[in-house]
Formats: sequence, structure tokens, C-alpha cells
Amino acid sequence: MIIGRIALAGNPNVGKSTVFNALTGMKQHTGNWSGKTVGAAEGMFRKGKKEIRLVDLPGTYSLITDSAEEEVTRNFLCFEEFDAAVVVCDACCLQRNLILALQTAQLVPKVLICVNMLDDARKKGIEIDIAELEKATGLPAVGISASTGEGMQNLKNAMADLLEDRIKTDFIPVRYPKDIEEAAERIFDQFKNRYDFKGIYPVLRLLENEHGFVTELEKRRGKIPKDLKTALEREKSLLQNKHPEDKIAACTVLRAEEICLSAVKRNPERAAKKDEKIDSVLTGRWLGIPVMLGLFGFIFWLTVSGANYPSAMLSAAFAKIGEWLSELFAVLKIPPVLNSLLLEGVWKVLSWVVAVMLPPMAIFFPLFTILEDIGYLPRVAFNLDRGFKSSGACGKQALTMWSVYFWKKPHIFLRRCFYGIFRGALYAPF
Amino acid sequence: MRQIPLCDMKKGERSVIKELKIQGSLRRRLMDMGFVEGTAVECAGVSPAGDPKAFLVRGTVIALRKEDAAQILGVAE
Repeated sequence: MIIGRIALAGNPNVGKSTVFNALTGMKQHTGNWSGKTVGAAEGMFRKGKKEIRLVDLPGTYSLITDSAEEEVTRNFLCFEEFDAAVVVCDACCLQRNLILALQTAQLVPKVLICVNMLDDARKKGIEIDIAELEKATGLPAVGISASTGEGMQNLKNAMADLLEDRIKTDFIPVRYPKDIEEAAERIFDQFKNRYDFKGIYPVLRLLENEHGFVTELEKRRGKIPKDLKTALEREKSLLQNKHPEDKIAACTVLRAEEICLSAVKRNPERAAKKDEKIDSVLTGRWLGIPVMLGLFGFIFWLTVSGANYPSAMLSAAFAKIGEWLSELFAVLKIPPVLNSLLLEGVWKVLSWVVAVMLPPMAIFFPLFTILEDIGYLPRVAFNLDRGFKSSGACGKQALTMWSVYFWKKPHIFLRRCFYGIFRGALYAPF
Repeated sequence: MRQIPLCDMKKGERSVIKELKIQGSLRRRLMDMGFVEGTAVECAGVSPAGDPKAFLVRGTVIALRKEDAAQILGVAE
């Protein structure tokens, strides 16, 4: 029995996919909802007889978007049907992550905050007080470390409880200047029936005249009728500040700061110094580039020449199997035409491709994943951005090019991966 | 007090954001990432070529290119 559909949102690189995979056990299929341009995985998990559907949305820092992938998330959360949202946050920088959580809570009533990477945070001397976080936001919260599995059962329980109304959300709204709040309330009353708004979020975007949102709203729900448009313009003209977006953004950021003051306990200077030292080497003026070349050269060498040994072993094994097959074919008296088609054709090609392609991939991808996990890739982008900028590109593209060098096809796959890692004009936070 | 753009900060220097001159979607994006008036910023690093620079803002390190950092004004702390 399906008890509900949950949207999984979060900043890029908060381990959202790890959470998704841990929950669904990779039982996923690509989502198929309207307006989808970039893939979002949909999966499910069971809790007893209950089945919970899960949609993994592309990572974004904010619902006010500036790329196609982020729009997928915005459009899903703003316009699609779902029963609850889980916002996955990085415990190491909760404050920035809460912006998205607050925006989501302004959209739909059922929102659960999932604070991930508690283990990493502890290493950095950061403790998250989950009870305080719940109290300060009015939203249910769960602390987990998806990579070690810590807290995953709690997360599943909380998701089921949220869907079945065993835990209540009582979101403490973000406060804005009085004129903005009053205008928003009046617009909400006028718009809510026609546009099925469930929270204050869409109204704020209308007040700001946020182009992306308004365009999408009109595209999906029809043009804003004249009377509503007039009312909206009137409210805007009554505002003291002609650009309410700055105030709205600032209030949200300050609210996130306030929440963190009570929910985040920092043990200052514990691991920060060590990080700083490593960074001064990895992105340092003199050592940054040589270290990078050395590291990449090493991986390159390991992939290209290290793969020869397993390749040779695989080739030999496949040749042996080929011989057995040919003996078997002789015993079975397979006609020569079929024999040569299957053995000389299909088997040889297949085994050759596997023997040549598999070992380098089995070496390269895990190594690359390690570099990604320890956060080295954004630093590479940081080091190389200047050079790439002069040709109209940006640093993150270095990695795409590098991988293209020896994989022609996976290029497309990698490009999408990297695009997820290095958003836009290099605000890849590390 | 004299306002200096973030792009002129050296590694380890701190300042407090006074004004964002950036317009358009990048402005909102930066604000959502914590670059609002009154926020303390520390220059956390400079890339080998001198540009971009990394800034520590509200517990997160964010890299900005020179042309963008030039449009954020701060006063030295």
C-alpha cells in the first residue's frame, strides 16, 4: 500500500544521493513527470506493508534558480503533487542549507529536516542539537550519517510518521518587514483559490516579480487574470521598499543564522587549522598546480598502465573460454558458418571489449570517486578557473576535458556528474 | 569608513559587507548564500593565478571571480 510520495531536496553535495540510495536500495526508475528536462530518480522503500515513494531532486542552494537543473527542483516543489518534502542538510554548514529548508517550508506544510554528515561535523568540532533545531524551526528533524548508516532507521520512521500525521509540523514563519507581510497576506487570500497556493512562498515571488517563477506559474496554471494583476501591482506600489527582494532574502538568511545560534554548538578551532594547512598546499600559489599535476598524472598512469595486468589476465581467461567453446561446438557439430559467426564474431568482440574497457574503468572511477568524496575536485576547479575563463569557460570544465581525454563515450555521463558538482560560475563551496 | 571591494582582500583579511552592487540573478544567488549587508567575510584563499578568491561566509567557503567580487563592498573589520 502506497502511503505517500516524498520529495528529497537539498544543496548540492550534501550526500542526498547516498541517502536516496540507502533508503531505496537503488530500486529506482527515472521519474516521468511533466516538464522534466533533466533526470530525477524516483524510487521507493517499504516499511512493513507500507510503501513510500521517493523523488530525488537535483541539488540546489535556493529555489530562486539560475540553471536548468535547479529549475527542475523548483518546478517540482512548486508545481507538482507530492505529500511531504525532506530537505537534506549538511551538518558542517547547516546555516546555508537552512535557506532551502525555510523556502521549502514556505511552500508546503509537511517538511522534515534531515541533517546529514553528523560524523564529519563531529570531526570538525560541530555538534547539532536536533531537539533545539526542531524547537527553533517548528519542523521535525532527524540527524543521520548516511555513509555509515547512523540514524537511517529514525529517518524512515520519521518519514512514515510525517506522512501518516503522527508527527505534526508547526513551522515558525520567517518574519519580514510589516508592510511586506501584510501585502503578502492580502495577495495570498486573493490568489490561493485560483492557484492552489499552500504557503507564503509563491506570494513572495509574485511580490518580488521573480521572473522565472512567474513565467512558470503562468505557463502551468494560466495567465494571471487582469483583476489579480491589478491587485498585485497595487500592493507592490504600496510597499515602502520598491525592491522587496533584498529585504526578503536578508530576512531569510538572518532567520537561518538565528536558528543556528541555538541549534549548532561549535567547538572552535578543533579541526579547522588542519584543514587550512592542507588547503594552503592544495590551492597554494606554488604547490597547488604541481600537486594537482602530480596527483592526476599518478591516477592517469595507474589507469593506463596499471590496467594492462588485469587486461592481460582477462584476455587470457577469455581466450581459454573461447577454446573450450570451440571444442564444445566441435562436439555439438555446429555448422561452420554459425561457428565462425558466434566464436570469431560475437565472442571475440565481446570479450575483447570487456578485457580492454573494464580494468581501466574499475581503476579510474573508484579513484575519481575518492577525489570527489574528499572534496578535491572543487579545489581543482578553483585552481584552474582563471585559465579556463580566458577561453570563455570555467574551472569545472577542466575535469570534463580531462576525463574526455581517454573516455570518449562516458563524456556525456561525466559531464552530467560534474555539472552537478560544480554549479555555475564557481560558487562550489568546499 | 572607506569601502573596499572583496576582490582586493588578501588571504586572512576580514571585512563586513556593506553593499552589493551586483544585479540580476547572481545578486539573489549570492544573498541566498549569505552575502547580505552586515555579514562578516574572511578571505580564505587565493587561487594560484590570483583569481578567483575564496571567501569564508557564514561557515561556508565560496569562491568568487574577480569581476563578481569587485561588486561587493565591505569595510575592514
